[in-house]
Amino acid sequence: MSQAEVSGAGTPGAGAAPRRPGPLWSLGLLRSEIGMTFRRWRTLALLAVLAGVPILVGIAVKIETGDGGPAGHGGGDGGPAFLSQVTNNGLFLVFTSLAVTLPFFLPMAIGVIAGDSLAGEANAGTLRYLLVAPAGRTRLLLVKYATTLAFCLVATLVVALSALAVGALLFPLGDVTLLSGTSIPFGEGLLRALAIACVVALSLMGVAAVGLFISTLTNSGIAAMATTVGLLITVQILDTIPQLQAIQPYLFPHYWLSFADLLRDPVYWDGLQKNIGLQALYAVVFGSAAWARFTTRDVTA
Amino acid sequence: MPPPPTAGSERAVPPRAGDRVIETQGLTKAYRGGQLAVDRLDLAVPRGSVFGFLGPNGSGKTTTIRMLMGLIEPTAGSARVLGATMPGAGRRVLPRVGALIEGPALYGFLSGRDNLLRFDAADPTADPRTRAERVGRALERVGLAAAAGKKARAYSLGMKQRLGLASALLQPRELLVLDEPTNGLDPQGMREIRALVRELAADGTTVFLSSHLLDEVEQVCTHAAVMARGRLIIQGTVADLSATVLGSRGSGRLTVTTPDPADAVRVLKEQGVTDLRVTDDRVSGELPTTAGPDGQEPWELSDLNAALVHAGVRVRGFGAERPSLEDVFVHLTGEGFDVAG
Repeated sequence: MSQAEVSGAGTPGAGAAPRRPGPLWSLGLLRSEIGMTFRRWRTLALLAVLAGVPILVGIAVKIETGDGGPAGHGGGDGGPAFLSQVTNNGLFLVFTSLAVTLPFFLPMAIGVIAGDSLAGEANAGTLRYLLVAPAGRTRLLLVKYATTLAFCLVATLVVALSALAVGALLFPLGDVTLLSGTSIPFGEGLLRALAIACVVALSLMGVAAVGLFISTLTNSGIAAMATTVGLLITVQILDTIPQLQAIQPYLFPHYWLSFADLLRDPVYWDGLQKNIGLQALYAVVFGSAAWARFTTRDVTA
Repeated sequence: MPPPPTAGSERAVPPRAGDRVIETQGLTKAYRGGQLAVDRLDLAVPRGSVFGFLGPNGSGKTTTIRMLMGLIEPTAGSARVLGATMPGAGRRVLPRVGALIEGPALYGFLSGRDNLLRFDAADPTADPRTRAERVGRALERVGLAAAAGKKARAYSLGMKQRLGLASALLQPRELLVLDEPTNGLDPQGMREIRALVRELAADGTTVFLSSHLLDEVEQVCTHAAVMARGRLIIQGTVADLSATVLGSRGSGRLTVTTPDPADAVRVLKEQGVTDLRVTDDRVSGELPTTAGPDGQEPWELSDLNAALVHAGVRVRGFGAERPSLEDVFVHLTGEGFDVAG
């Protein structure tokens, strides 16, 4: 719609001469891309799996605490001690679910979408038709990255909303006791949950850029997806090896779980800033690499 | 009409340097390992022509087309399309070019119509307000309107080919680049596509049509170029190309079926037919070389027949074979057409 307005202002009645593209014409391509991505069964299946995780966690917690005792004294592998709070407040299922899905489920889903973004088009041969349309290589790359980021946000929100629904169904809701012990009203708790979801989505920027870059390297969508996911797993393992402490601050998942700091009063910004900064760095470095590769490569598929 | 004879020029003179829609100079593409896919190609496609781009599989046709469309970078040389250098001017040039490259490629999970909407959305000059209407017209033009709602993965190869053509016709184009457009079509579909190509050419669109089907090029093209092993062998009007062979091989062979071969040989010899051969009841020979100053043949084939009948030869069969583009190709490359380079 915005595109129509823009182009309408540009040229009334384009005859034989080619119409001047409006400055926002890329939005038309972006809309087409987003619409296409979210219409694919594969995307919907990924989202369904992500939505299923909070349901499983919720039910597991409910069963385990059937005798009334608190759950997961160990604080859970997800890092922060959210799990024990879930029985008191369903909202904590949102935080728990994000902490559970962030290390693998979410980035794997992003890896599939980002890895397939250009390699999949090349594999199907549609890339050459987009390029002679002409979509423009830089624009196509930006549109693909923007779509992947949109998927990051949607995937995170799907986890959060599913968790909120399950949490509300299975557990009581109420004032939220923060990690630092102070209590805030439920409404503010919801806002913090939303902020956390946004931070989690931003945390996936780096892996999205890596996936996009890998996607420019090959004509096989499957290979790009597998490489991206494999790389993710490798990096996650490296991040847990104590001897590699020197390089760990530069690994993209290193500060992921810092989102829990939003649940403190006052909020600890240190880890959050490091996380977002690192993600931006990855986006710039791998985005540039993807651009350099994609704008110069021969499209032979 | 028989093609006008010309002195046996090995390389037809390229069209006048006026209005060329495609022009390449020394265009070369070397793939890794140094093998030349395209070797110093000088191609000139005049505006308004239907240009047949011939060559066996693997002769470098598709690589050339990819360079013209800016998909791959030439190793050396330059390519100009609609007057601008590719791939640099792609943003300006490509909206005026419709292309079908190496077969159609579609999103199987989208319907035929949605595929076209998608490709149209990728074109910066396409007006989104008229998109649905233009897509509908393109679908009708290629005869796919009834199947527009079906998922593309359920399409037959011929339907996919049509959909690919439709995406090349989403906007009025100055140049259509069609790589093997009738591939996978049944004879009826081939006829329809050829009719469509003629119709588009009549509207003033230049059509650059690559094919390995010689008769296809002979039927629809005004100009042609022949490639083999990455090199351009000849280019010019289809008539000139046939004439090149005519000049060196005579005007064709005559075959007469008769129970009186001896008499037939005598009569034909008198009429100037050379290289006469007799096998059982068939007499064949080279027709006299045409030499009229106005390009007209000095005699009519029917005169030969009349002479035979006049001499009391019982003619049961009478036919002349004109050289076809296939002959041109075999003549030029010294090999069968379907041999890969």
